[in-house]
Amino acid sequence: MTGEHIPGPGGPDALVRFEQVKKSYDGLQYVVKDLNLDVARGEFLTMLGPSGSGKTTTLMMLGGFERPTLGRIMLDGKPVERLPPEKRNIGFVFQNYALFPHMTVAENVAFPLRYRGIRGQAAAAKMAQALGRVGLDAMGERRPAQLSGGQQQRVALARALVFEPSLVLMDEPLGALDKQLRERMQVEIKHLQTSLGITMVYVTHDQSEALTMSDRIAVFHDGRIQQLADPQTLYNAPANRFVAGFIGENNTMRCSPAGQEGGFTVVRMADGTAMRAPGSAGPGELSLSVRPENIMLAEETLPPGANLFSGIATDVFFLGDHMRLSVSAFGGETVTARIPVAAARSFHPGETVHLACKPADCRLLEG
Amino acid sequence: MWLPSYATPAERLMRVLVVAFAAAILLFLIAPIFIIVPLSFSQDPFFTLPVREYSLRWYEDLFGNPRWLDAMLNSALAAVLTTILATTLGTLAALGIARPDFPARRVVMALLISPMIVPVVIVAVGSYLFFGQFGLTNTRAGLVLAHTALATPFVVITVTATLSTYDTNLTRAAHSLGASGASAFFRVTLPMILPGVISGAIFAFATSFDEVVVALFLTAAEQRTLPVQMFSGIRDQINPTIMAAATMLLALSVCLFAALALLTRKRG
Repeated sequence: MTGEHIPGPGGPDALVRFEQVKKSYDGLQYVVKDLNLDVARGEFLTMLGPSGSGKTTTLMMLGGFERPTLGRIMLDGKPVERLPPEKRNIGFVFQNYALFPHMTVAENVAFPLRYRGIRGQAAAAKMAQALGRVGLDAMGERRPAQLSGGQQQRVALARALVFEPSLVLMDEPLGALDKQLRERMQVEIKHLQTSLGITMVYVTHDQSEALTMSDRIAVFHDGRIQQLADPQTLYNAPANRFVAGFIGENNTMRCSPAGQEGGFTVVRMADGTAMRAPGSAGPGELSLSVRPENIMLAEETLPPGANLFSGIATDVFFLGDHMRLSVSAFGGETVTARIPVAAARSFHPGETVHLACKPADCRLLEG
Repeated sequence: MWLPSYATPAERLMRVLVVAFAAAILLFLIAPIFIIVPLSFSQDPFFTLPVREYSLRWYEDLFGNPRWLDAMLNSALAAVLTTILATTLGTLAALGIARPDFPARRVVMALLISPMIVPVVIVAVGSYLFFGQFGLTNTRAGLVLAHTALATPFVVITVTATLSTYDTNLTRAAHSLGASGASAFFRVTLPMILPGVISGAIFAFATSFDEVVVALFLTAAEQRTLPVQMFSGIRDQINPTIMAAATMLLALSVCLFAALALLTRKRG
């Protein structure tokens, strides 16, 4: 997955294209290694990863605030890596909003218009339209400090959209908001993006945010894209151990290949338990991964051909609609299962629990 | 006296002593400065306290004597020019040093601050010898340049302090919205750091207006500033007009200090 070119759905019509981009701050270590990425017109692409994975540096290079050490960045077919940010016509929403505190909301939103020769009535109309779009019509005369966090976020959005850029970049824009507001803003941003047909590149470390909003997600780790795919594929078919662990919850356990059977690869867990999974085993280290919601109690009616295993219950938590049951299985690995309350019974730490999962829900991962 | 009602007599006595001590120190610091105020209003041509009879005759001399008037004008001109130069240069230097990729920041900062730390006599002698090579001694330009060197560190320090709380994302945001370097500076950065720039400008003005040592070395009679005129006045003929000039200088300092206090309060 890494190294070779990853074609986006935009193909040659991509609005943004990274070609072999590398970035190093100290000349010793690359924070972005060999990045190839296309962003299609009208796409919502999220760069997801832990801090230090290179996602923000990538965004800053696209915005023009950092220069790539090597490689090319194409915007609308033209190389831009030497173009200053003010010449790129890209909307940028910063993590802390970066609203100008000495200007009113209206002055903030009108700021980019004067550089585009839009003044007077025309500017006022555009400004009012942008504020209306984010539901802040009545707030024009206020100062940013007089607004709530969510309102400031909306002003930043209006300011980045008012000059109708073809591309809008967002650097963890919802990080400072509480959970409820964050979820509402996710929906609002997504609506704006689709209704205006803007291309958006969004950086976050919050995987649920990425899954909710994105057309495609690029998972960053260690300066490389680990996987680039739509949310469903990313969730259901993680490409490697890192993605499996980063997107949603996953039980990832060491195993070794032990042959083929009925279209499935048979693997042996550390304690010798045989499990079946689709796909084939490559060379090198191998892991079997299965999501907690795909593990069921073996006391229920089982689908035919299910993988069966047992473990010692260690922790049991009641979470309203489901129970989280952690068992120690396969000679010491912790396996977590999410059991619907309807199917659950009471468990006691220390008791042996028999569990099952469908082979189709299991995945073999390198690493 | 700001003590809880359950304080013991010993605690109360202690508190009274502390306050009295602090008041004595304050008096010690400012009394020698303020003693000149009554003297400047005295009728007598000698410095005697208490003042027997009040008059404005020394103020009449101050504002009627062309030597004093020229000195005040020279000082004001030099101070204004110094303030403009030092504020511009100091702000630019502070902005440069604040950049995250600025090399050898500590060394450059130390060099910029050095005129403030080096004994002023050394700056004066050095300027005298150095400026002599370029014919800048006994010129207003030379005086302004030397004062600018002395005043710039104040601007660098105050602007650097303001920049430490400045969010550089604001500059980035301005660029992303289409503002070029100069436009982003004047519309976003400068309004945000203005309190620091003004504080620095006030310090720069006061530095130049009060400065005597460098001015003694670098000025001839034509560029003689107010402090130099006072100094030579003390040496040549003891004349209470000096006290009137000193009182005016003191009033100016108080005004500048008040402006500074207002500025910092508004910021806080």
